[in-house]
Amino acid sequence: MTPPLLGGVEEVASSASLLASSTSIESVCQNGSAELKERNYMGLSDSSSSGDSSAISAVTGESKTSLNLKATELRLGLPGSQSPERNSDLSLFASTQLDEKPLFPMHPVNDHHGSSTPKTLLLGNKRGFSDAMDGFSEDKFSSESKVNEMLTPRPSQNLGLKPGSILENLTSQTAKTNEAVGQKPAQERPHVSNNNRGSANNSSAPATKAQVVGWPPIRSFRKNSLATLSKNTDEVDGKVGASALYVKVSMDGAPYLRKVDLRNYSAYKELSSALEKMFSCFTIGQCGSHGTSGREMLTESKLKDLLHGSEYVLTYEDKDGDWMLVGDVPWEMFTDTCKRMRIMKGSDAIGLAPRAVEKCRNKK
Amino acid sequence: MDLSPKQSSPSESTRFPDEVLERVLSLLTSPKDRNAVSLVCKDWYTADSWSRRHVFIGNCYSVSPEIVARRFPRIRSVTLKGKPRFSDFNLVPDNWGADVHSWLLVFASGCPFLEELRLKRMRVTDESLEFLALNFPNFRALSLLSCDGFSTSGLATVATHCKNLTELDIQENGIEDLSGEWLSCFPENFNTLEVLNFSNLITDVNPDVLERLVSRCRSLKVLKLNRTSSLDRLQRLLISAPQLTELGAGSFSEELTLQQHAELKYAFGLCKNLSVLSGFWDASALNLSAVYPACSRLSFLNMSYTALQSPELASLLPHCPCLRRLWVLDSVGDKGLEAVGANCPSLEEIRVFPTDPFDEDMIHTVTESGIVAVSQGCPKLHYILYFCRQMTNAAVATVVRNCPDFTHFRLCIMNPGQPDHTTNQPMDEAFGAVVKTCKKLKRLSISGLLTDLTFKYIGEYAKNLEALSVAFAGSSDLGMQYVMEGCSKLKKLEIRDCPFGNVALLSGLERYESMRSLWMSACNVTIDGCRSLAREMPRLNVEVMKEEGSDDCKADKVYVYRTVAGPRRDAPPSVLTFSGL
Repeated sequence: MTPPLLGGVEEVASSASLLASSTSIESVCQNGSAELKERNYMGLSDSSSSGDSSAISAVTGESKTSLNLKATELRLGLPGSQSPERNSDLSLFASTQLDEKPLFPMHPVNDHHGSSTPKTLLLGNKRGFSDAMDGFSEDKFSSESKVNEMLTPRPSQNLGLKPGSILENLTSQTAKTNEAVGQKPAQERPHVSNNNRGSANNSSAPATKAQVVGWPPIRSFRKNSLATLSKNTDEVDGKVGASALYVKVSMDGAPYLRKVDLRNYSAYKELSSALEKMFSCFTIGQCGSHGTSGREMLTESKLKDLLHGSEYVLTYEDKDGDWMLVGDVPWEMFTDTCKRMRIMKGSDAIGLAPRAVEKCRNKK
Repeated sequence: MDLSPKQSSPSESTRFPDEVLERVLSLLTSPKDRNAVSLVCKDWYTADSWSRRHVFIGNCYSVSPEIVARRFPRIRSVTLKGKPRFSDFNLVPDNWGADVHSWLLVFASGCPFLEELRLKRMRVTDESLEFLALNFPNFRALSLLSCDGFSTSGLATVATHCKNLTELDIQENGIEDLSGEWLSCFPENFNTLEVLNFSNLITDVNPDVLERLVSRCRSLKVLKLNRTSSLDRLQRLLISAPQLTELGAGSFSEELTLQQHAELKYAFGLCKNLSVLSGFWDASALNLSAVYPACSRLSFLNMSYTALQSPELASLLPHCPCLRRLWVLDSVGDKGLEAVGANCPSLEEIRVFPTDPFDEDMIHTVTESGIVAVSQGCPKLHYILYFCRQMTNAAVATVVRNCPDFTHFRLCIMNPGQPDHTTNQPMDEAFGAVVKTCKKLKRLSISGLLTDLTFKYIGEYAKNLEALSVAFAGSSDLGMQYVMEGCSKLKKLEIRDCPFGNVALLSGLERYESMRSLWMSACNVTIDGCRSLAREMPRLNVEVMKEEGSDDCKADKVYVYRTVAGPRRDAPPSVLTFSGL
């Protein structure tokens, strides 16, 4: 497997580790292929995704044996959307699993219904979900297709996301009809990207994550104070040692963050290409949004420029809380001091060295 | 003997002179009492109008400034609330409205004796602040909470021109923080300040200016510093102002020498009257111990800006025997909450905020055990705000059994739609227990996996409920219907992401005129439903905030409120106003 994919799987594992029992992680690593389920996400199960999906299905396939079958099915949902289904086997406060609820029931849905998943468990945990399915009517498809454009069809990406970035599946849970479900992305995306509360929000935190707007209900002032606090607490549970060194990576304008294990890479070049792969979907995604974000439409050639050119700059926050340009210090020092990373827009990086632009271009 | 018509009327002969009536009525201060008094008869209405000194307006659009100024020409103090509460969570567009300027314009001529202005969730510009400072010669007290639109320049004009300022309270606002110069704008001989709260601000103020100001203002009771204030400065301030009753410390993370620590502890020891402590950003355990001498009379401790761990809290609490209100972060964990239960028998209010609300990886949070531990040790508990990631029905039932006097029960299980984690059942029974047991319940916020049953319970049992906050709950229109039918005292209802549609909306027809407002967002209400509501109830304003790109027929965010001022004329294009008038 290619490193990024492995990274993807491990991300899944890391996310899952907090959610699932440890046995499932081991089984993940063993990577058996109990029940592979390939999903035809909007007809995009091409070569690019099939390889991914098999690995992922393997991951989830193993998990099935220790978790419940329901939990492991890959279904289409907004990236990061997971059901809050609980399993009594699970320890901790884990409320989410590797489970993605369909945002809009299309072919996958039928597969889902026909699967061996215990329906009772489904009903018990996802109250309105079947109701939502049943209550689905044709006119919803029109709103869905809008959503389809916005969604970037990368199953592998989905799994790498932070679990519990609750989104639509929750409303599908509660909503009898799917109006709210279909609408959610339309609502949330503009909000998430336009969450630029100028004077109203002196946000010192980097790009907003994939989360429901305004949830949990915490005032901006407190959120901003907490943002710097969490940096400190991250140090505390900071995954030290040779095991893994996960840091969050945010990208301006992306609706959710990623986490990468710095131990996976031995040089800046690897890190940079991995991040490019990870975040390229967002630049495509910006293309597909129905204009609400107000960004200019990206042509294909411009897309390349985005990543390889001056549009984005990779920065990181060090132990002292300063935002630094990635690449200045030796790799080891970087992994020691890096707390989190941010892919900034070139225009935002003006405060950093002007050669930052050059550096980014040269970094391959 | 002529019996003049005047004498034959009994009310005339027993009539008080106006001055006496006003004098008597002025002893009534509660707005509710005053409102009742004004309904007795015309004379009393007039007397109340002339003698009313304080007006509380819970929704700035429910009435117009002209009406207020005409009715209460002699008011000294106004409290105004503007945007819907969900604007705190970024659900309301920036340009929504609630601008205070039109109020100030009217008051400048209509109520020129205005002394106090308290604003919450209003839009306040620097121009407005300047206008305020220049046009109200008696102005004394300004409090801005969760407002936006102004900068530190506006504060500077207030400091410069309000010669008799006693209160400057700037909290949690969207303020453009340009510099700390504003503090230096207080004149050198200015000494009337009693309340100074600038904890909201980030930029540094001149420490010498602050020290001189504090030592001049002998009546200063409340001082809340901002995050950049150092411990060294704090120590000097405490020494010059030991009379403080409320203190907001700044950052508490510096490393102190033994000497410095001792000096700080000594300074805290001088403050015998402290009843409120807050601030303490990034407090280290060692530094916290310097605070102990000041805690003997402490009634409110706000440690919600520092990630206190359970041992630190456990060491601190025994020094606070009189503690009645406690705000902490969930970093204290269940163990910390056990310490609360063990050390705070007089506790009446606890709020536990999440350290990292968006990071699911956080292991060190609080669970149902924590809240149970608090309830076991603190039987007087009546206010709880609890952010957690897991909860059980049984735990909540235990909590309310231990503390049946809850008036405010706000539980936020941070993962929307999450069931009881031990039984996988909905959390219906939890809130059922709350409403059945807590007869005095006035405010309720629900979360977790909830069906219509929760609402059935609420409608049936929560007869004193005044404010209800609902998110990601319910299965059908019935849910909202239960509440609208059952909760006769309901004043504020805010709903988001629930499957309630037009039927639910219209089920509250009878109720909305006795409520302050209704908020529904991401539900299933349509524009037509809103139109119907507006048509049926002409004295309501029905407003719909449209999202970009949403269906034309959908009412993305609905805000309904009663008003005597008619539909508002300052709504931005994204807000559609429906009126039956």
